[in-house]
Amino acid sequence: MHSEPAVQIAGLVKRYGTAFNNRVPAVDGLDLTVAHGAITAVLGPNGAGKTTTIETCEGYRRPDAGTVRVLGLDPVTQNAELRPRIGVMLQSGGVYAGARAVEMLRHTAKLHAHPLDVDALVERLGLGSCGRTTYRRLSGGQQQRLALAMAVVGRPELVFLDEPTAGLDPQARRATWELVRDLRRDGVTVIVTTHHMDEAEQLADHVAIVDRGKVIATGTPEELCRGGAEDALRFDGPPGLDLGPLLKELPEGATATETATGSYRVEATVDPQLLATVTGWCAASGILPERLAVQRRSLEDVFLDLTGRDLRS
Amino acid sequence: MTTTDYSPKPGAAPVGRMLLAQTAFETRMLLRNGEQLLLTVVIPTVLLVLFSAVDIVAVDGPGKRVDFLAPGLLALAVMSTAFTGQAIATGFERRYGVLKRLGASPLPRWALLTAKTGCVLVTEALQVALLTVIALALGWSPQGLATPLGALTVAALLVLGTAAFSGLGLLMAGTLKAEATLAAANLVFILLLLAGGVIVPLSKFPSAVQSALELLPIAALSDGLRSVLQTGAGVPWSDLGILGGWAVLGLAAAARFFRWE
Repeated sequence: MHSEPAVQIAGLVKRYGTAFNNRVPAVDGLDLTVAHGAITAVLGPNGAGKTTTIETCEGYRRPDAGTVRVLGLDPVTQNAELRPRIGVMLQSGGVYAGARAVEMLRHTAKLHAHPLDVDALVERLGLGSCGRTTYRRLSGGQQQRLALAMAVVGRPELVFLDEPTAGLDPQARRATWELVRDLRRDGVTVIVTTHHMDEAEQLADHVAIVDRGKVIATGTPEELCRGGAEDALRFDGPPGLDLGPLLKELPEGATATETATGSYRVEATVDPQLLATVTGWCAASGILPERLAVQRRSLEDVFLDLTGRDLRS
Repeated sequence: MTTTDYSPKPGAAPVGRMLLAQTAFETRMLLRNGEQLLLTVVIPTVLLVLFSAVDIVAVDGPGKRVDFLAPGLLALAVMSTAFTGQAIATGFERRYGVLKRLGASPLPRWALLTAKTGCVLVTEALQVALLTVIALALGWSPQGLATPLGALTVAALLVLGTAAFSGLGLLMAGTLKAEATLAAANLVFILLLLAGGVIVPLSKFPSAVQSALELLPIAALSDGLRSVLQTGAGVPWSDLGILGGWAVLGLAAAARFFRWE
């Protein structure tokens, strides 16, 4: 159905400042392809260039170099054509300070040809109780949910959500995730920026890890987390087991060590087969592995491996 | 619980509907704002009633005190809405990302600006109606409206004045910080109220100062309105010219320097 990707970014460079001060590139040769109908997370620490990249796609910023195509359109020169087809949630603000929540949403709906039912959306996002509250008196979470509702009310093909769950409590975060999943179910493409690795892991079909203005890794969360030294399986058992026979059964490159007295650690790609091999060996040796645990790499570990830095730093 | 269907069905509303919705929304926001109402309704009304009733400043020209004051306060009403109110509101809309967010909506920029103009015109119509009723109650006898030319001249002065003040207000809102706009727009309002021929005749100033003050848009607007409504004179071409000049300068500068975020 779609011959081209929803978003195609090649060699994007964007610098801020004037020629007279340091023109530090916020985005520095970034490549990204976003598939239709999926949830793509752009993950990276603060200042990595996530917002600049998204805002270039939305037509707010003119690239200094590189090309950006969104739904096959140039976001700057074909902006008028693009705007009705996308939904935008800015990192903050975007609402008249004196506007009431439901009134603002209703107004946004009026700018679109086939908007969603406002009342249903209000109920869905739990905005009913604060419907007559003016924007400046809403809590941070309510403001975020209103901005999310405004991004989807026009029934867009492509939704950009810039840190949609920043400052939300866990319950509201899950409600946001559920809505994003519903969008995917109905064929909407979603691009979400976040610096929460668990959000990317839980939500995204594809993750692009951004650091210092470049995409340094892409893939599904599983692909990104697969392999690497951090994958491990641990169990406790009697001290001083002979691990030689186990090693012979494990795939090449795997290690098995007693990290502390009676605590064992098998480092290898953790998959069902590995688990079967280890428990099979335990059964054959008459050992009951206690506190058996699979420890998979998280995106946080992947990020740490790639950059040597903590994601939140 | 019914599930909502989010499947894409994008599209901009017809532009006429967007314009109407945006104008109505902006007008509602303005009329809800207490500070704005103070500026656009309360201050001109209080000044009209107070200075008509009490002999604080010596007025100029033929007729009663209210015949001098009413045209000046109509000019002030235009300035308060098109310049001060619009500058402050737009400055904060820019600061809170409203203009930015609308920039990603289907509403074209020209339609946003047209809606803002529509909001200003609706507010001005309400102000003019209110001030006219009060002034008539105070015994105002406006001249020059018997002929279509007189009425047309008044309309042209109001429209050009609105254009001039809108350009200057948007220039301020689009270049300064919201707080700076708030302070500067209020300061300019008070200075022009006192030195723009609104309630104090320009003839009370030294003649060198007077000829400079006459070039101010508020002075041209109040003088032009007065020359028709107070003295029943013909078309005040020089005032129309001054307002036209400010309109061109202000709108061109706003178009050139306005920053949306």
